[in-house]
Formats: sequence, structure tokens, C-alpha cells
Amino acid sequence: MEIITNYGFILMAMAVVFGLYMTWGIGANDVANAMGTSVGSGAISVKQAILIAAIFEFAGAFIAGGNVTATIRKGIVDPSSIVNSPEILVFGMLAALLAAAVWLMIASAKGWPVSTTHSIVGAVIGFAVVGIGVDAVQWGKVGQIAASWVVSPLLGGTIAFLLMMSIRRLILNTENPFESAKRWGPGYIFLVGFIISLVTLFKGLKHLNIEMTVGMSFTVAVIFGVVLAVVGWFLISRVKVDPGADRDFHFASVEKVFTPMMIFTACAMAFAHGSNDVANGIGPLAAVVSIIQSGGEVSQKAALPLWILVLGGTGIVVGLATMGYRVMKTIGSGITQLTPSRGYCATLAAAATVVLASRTGLPVSTTHIAVGAVIGVGLARGIGAIDLRVIGGIVVSWLVTLPVGATLAAIFFFTLKGMFT
Amino acid sequence: MSSTNPFASMFGKSPFKALQVHMRVALECAREIPPSFDALAAGDQQGVTVIKDKIFEREAAADKIKNDLRGALPKSLFMPVDRRDLLEVLQMQDSIADTAQDIAGLLVERRMEIPDFMQEPMLALARRSVDACEQSAKIIEELDELLAMGFRGREASRVEEMVEQLNLIEDDTDNLGIELARHLFEHEDEIKPVSVMMWYQLIEWVGDLADYAEKVGDRLRLLIAR
Repeated sequence: MEIITNYGFILMAMAVVFGLYMTWGIGANDVANAMGTSVGSGAISVKQAILIAAIFEFAGAFIAGGNVTATIRKGIVDPSSIVNSPEILVFGMLAALLAAAVWLMIASAKGWPVSTTHSIVGAVIGFAVVGIGVDAVQWGKVGQIAASWVVSPLLGGTIAFLLMMSIRRLILNTENPFESAKRWGPGYIFLVGFIISLVTLFKGLKHLNIEMTVGMSFTVAVIFGVVLAVVGWFLISRVKVDPGADRDFHFASVEKVFTPMMIFTACAMAFAHGSNDVANGIGPLAAVVSIIQSGGEVSQKAALPLWILVLGGTGIVVGLATMGYRVMKTIGSGITQLTPSRGYCATLAAAATVVLASRTGLPVSTTHIAVGAVIGVGLARGIGAIDLRVIGGIVVSWLVTLPVGATLAAIFFFTLKGMFT
Repeated sequence: MSSTNPFASMFGKSPFKALQVHMRVALECAREIPPSFDALAAGDQQGVTVIKDKIFEREAAADKIKNDLRGALPKSLFMPVDRRDLLEVLQMQDSIADTAQDIAGLLVERRMEIPDFMQEPMLALARRSVDACEQSAKIIEELDELLAMGFRGREASRVEEMVEQLNLIEDDTDNLGIELARHLFEHEDEIKPVSVMMWYQLIEWVGDLADYAEKVGDRLRLLIAR
């Protein structure tokens, strides 16, 4: 108890610094992956992607990010046995943050496909096992999280596959694909607004004091979808046939219809990423802050302070502005195979899956879901070549990240404990 | 870290662009065959040599594209088409360039002289064979559209029709070749026996241009059917 009162300020400062470091890393690397499909299909420029990401990452974290933050803060570890020594939890969360951030830095320097989510979950488990005990880990919840890591890319892939098939049937495989694209385009934009807002609203937004019934959520989602569709219809109506480009590639004009549609999915993706991945950085931070502010009480109920969300959002935007720019540029030039229509399918599928997971409080990996969605498009025979070695690498990194994150967290935990006691 | 971003590296290089570039170069080789018979008929030995050099240069370019593409197709690549079928299409395309090279080489190295009675029909055969190559190149240009459609639907039927068209052109070259061979047989005694042998060989090779073009189309059909 004295540790909290004596060193409260220092510990809090450390948490803020580590949290910023982590969110900076997320902004520098992870966001680029989330926006990669949009930039790669040439629908939006890197600058536009940064702007969209800055706004919608923040909105996602603020509006729909609470559940995942809560899971990382208190869903994985059961702190009931350390009520009398809350500093353990503080050290643990600090160690977890640092471990995840360091591991991510090493991994991205080496180009390993590591997930921020897996790192932080592994790190929190690692500290809980050595700091409190094996029984302190809520293994049921952890199992659920691990299962979601398998299920979510599959779901993303399935949705992308179905979207791709529907676009072929309704638009490409018709007498006049360009007219069909214009006719169905607003419908596909409606889908973006409808799905994202429905999933976001479904259980109400408790931390914003908005409670909604299922019917109300449904109505609001429809209205939101229609508004987007009208805006989209206006944008689409200005697209003209380009006979020169069509000679070279018959679907060139059709793809031009999908370009304004990609702007909506890019926003949705940034929103989804914000709702899920910001929590990786601010979840542990929020846990530390809540303990210290309450003077050492391991509370399960404390609300998420707004300034923490702002801090997380700021970290991401700074990360984007300092390094994410460059990463996004390389990704954009690396993915030349995605046309706007394929990018639309992959991005919407990924965004919908991520928001869905976020609403159930499951921390999933946005990058892995995006990979799953791209493979879904590939399975619909829509992508020239996908290197399966990378998929293998992802599976390996998965298996490696959890123990490495856990070990690092354990080391940092004992270091911190030794420093303060 | 930027060069090895895991998300971007998942996307291999699409093989279809390279396949199209290769076909264009192979077609350039084939297109030079009628002009070389023209030059031969005009007695322009130097012209024939110039064309030969051009074909040799283009054929080398095609070889390079072929080898690069083969090198860029590891087994770990997940593609919408069968890897072996794709390599077969490439092989057939390359055979067009190779055959054009053989023809041009023989014309120059053996200093062939074309007898009057063969000038017209030989040129007709060569032109029709190039038509077949043009048609197969047109089919290969449809690969982008096929990919957009997932190798199904209207686009697939469109390509099917183009392949049928190609088969008809190839039938023409068969007939022209047989007729030419008959013609040559009637006049065998008028030219040196070794030259006769060589002309039979050339008739076959010029026909082969169309044969390989047809096989490009047939293999592409397999690619679609997977």
C-alpha cells in the first residue's frame, strides 16, 4: 500500500510513457496494415489515409473501444487474491506494456508478422502467472480469446469471399457492368454504414450514456446506412465511362465506380481498428491509473477516464505522422494487385469482423483478419498470387509471440518489483 | 522494417502481367516471318539478315522474361490457376518465339532461295500462321478480365469463343501447309534435293507457329477450367 502512495506519481508517469510508446508503435505499424488494402487499391492516397485514420481511429476508440479495454484491463487476470497488495497489479501492467512494446519493436525491425494484440495478451498472462499464480489467470476467457484468433480471420475471409461473389454476379457478369455498378454501388455503401453502425450500437453505448433497444439500434443503423448511401450515390453519379481505359481493361470504368466506395470502407476500417487495437495500449494504462487514483484499490468497476482515450488516440496519430507514413507508402506500392472492387470486399469484410469482435470485448488481431479477408478474395480466384509462406510465418509468429511476450513481461515484472521494494 | 512489411509481402507478384509481356514479345518474333519471306522473294539477302538479327534479339528477350517468371513462381504461391497449367502456357508461348528463330536462322545460314512457284503460297501460309499468333495474343490479353471475373461467367465464355476462332485459323494453316507440300512435291525435280528437304522443313516450322498458338489457347482453356 505504501508503495502506491509513495511512488504513485512516478508509477503513473511510467504508465503514461509506456502507454504512449505502445500506442505510438501501433500507429507506426499496425494502422498501416489496417489501411493497406485501401491504399494498395489506389482508391485513396497516403495523405488521405493518414487523415482518415487520425479521425476514425480516434472515433473508434472513443465510441466502441471500451469493451476491449475492459477485457485487457480486468478480463484476463482475476485480482481477487492480491487485493491487499495492489502494487503487484501495477507492476504487472507496466511490465506487460513494456514487454509488448519491446517485442513489437524487435519484431517489426525484423519484419516478422507479429500482432500487437497477441503480444499484449501474452504479456498480461505472463505477468499474472509469475506475479500472482497460475490460478489468477482466467483461463476460460483466455481460451475464448485464443479461439477468436482462429475464428475471426476465417469469418473475415468468408465475408470477403461472399462479397466478391455477389459483386461478380450483380455487377461484373452483366450485359452492362458499368450501369450495374452505378445501380448497385449505393447499395454496397449502405452495407458499409449499416453493418458498422449496427454492430457498434447493438449493445448500446453505456459509457456514453446511450442505451438502445435492438429495434432502436436497427433503425438508427438503417438511417445511417441510407445517409451514407445518398452521399455515395452523389459521388458515384459523377463517375464517367473512360473508353480509352476500357479498351485496355474492360472493367476499368467499373473499377472507377468502386473508388469512391473505398473511401467509406477505409473509414470503417480505421474505425474498427481504433475500436479494437487502441485498447492494447490503453487497457493496461487504464488499469494502472484506476488503482493509483483510487489510492490502491483494485477496483473492477472504475470507469475509463476520457483522457486516457485521448492519450491513446494521440499516440496513434503521432505514430502515424512520424513513421506510419513511410510504412503505408511501402505497403501501398507493394499491393498492386488489389483493384478497388477487390479492396472493397477485403476491407469491408475485415472491418465488419473487427467491429463485431470489439463489441463482444474480444481483442482480435486486425492484421490477421485483414490477411484472412484478402485470402477470401483469393479463394474467389480474384488475386493473382498470394505468398502462402507469409501465412505460415503468421502462424509461427502466433505460437512464438505468446511465450516470448509472457517471458519478457515476467522479467520486467521482477525488475520493476525489485526497483520499488 | 519497411521493405519486409508482412502485410505487403503476402502479395506475390502477379504472374499474369509477365505472361502478357512474354506473349507480346513472342508475337513480335512471329510477325517478322512474313516480311522475311518477302525479302527472300525480292532477293534481298541483306534484308533477310537484318530481320533475322531482330528476331534473335527479341527471342533472347522472351527467354529472359520466361526465366524471370519461372523464378518468381515458388510452389508456396497461392494462385487462382494451376501452377503447372500456367507454366505450360508460358512454354507454348516461348515455343512460338523459338520457332520463329529457327525459321529465320535457317533462311540466313543456308542462304535459302525461294523458287517462284512457292512465293505466293508460302507467304499466304506465313501470314495465316501469324494470324493465329495474333489471335492467341489477343486471348492472353484477356487474362486481366478473367481474373476480375474469377475465370467464370461471360468473360470465360468470351474467351472460349476466341479459342474456337483460333482453332479455325489453325485449321486454315493446316490446309495451306498440306497444299503447299503437295505443290512442292510436284516441283521436286526442279530444285536441289537438299533444298527440297529444307523447304519441307520450313513449311513444317511455319505451320508450327500456328500449332503453338493454338496450344496457347488450349492450355489457357485448361487454366480456366481448373
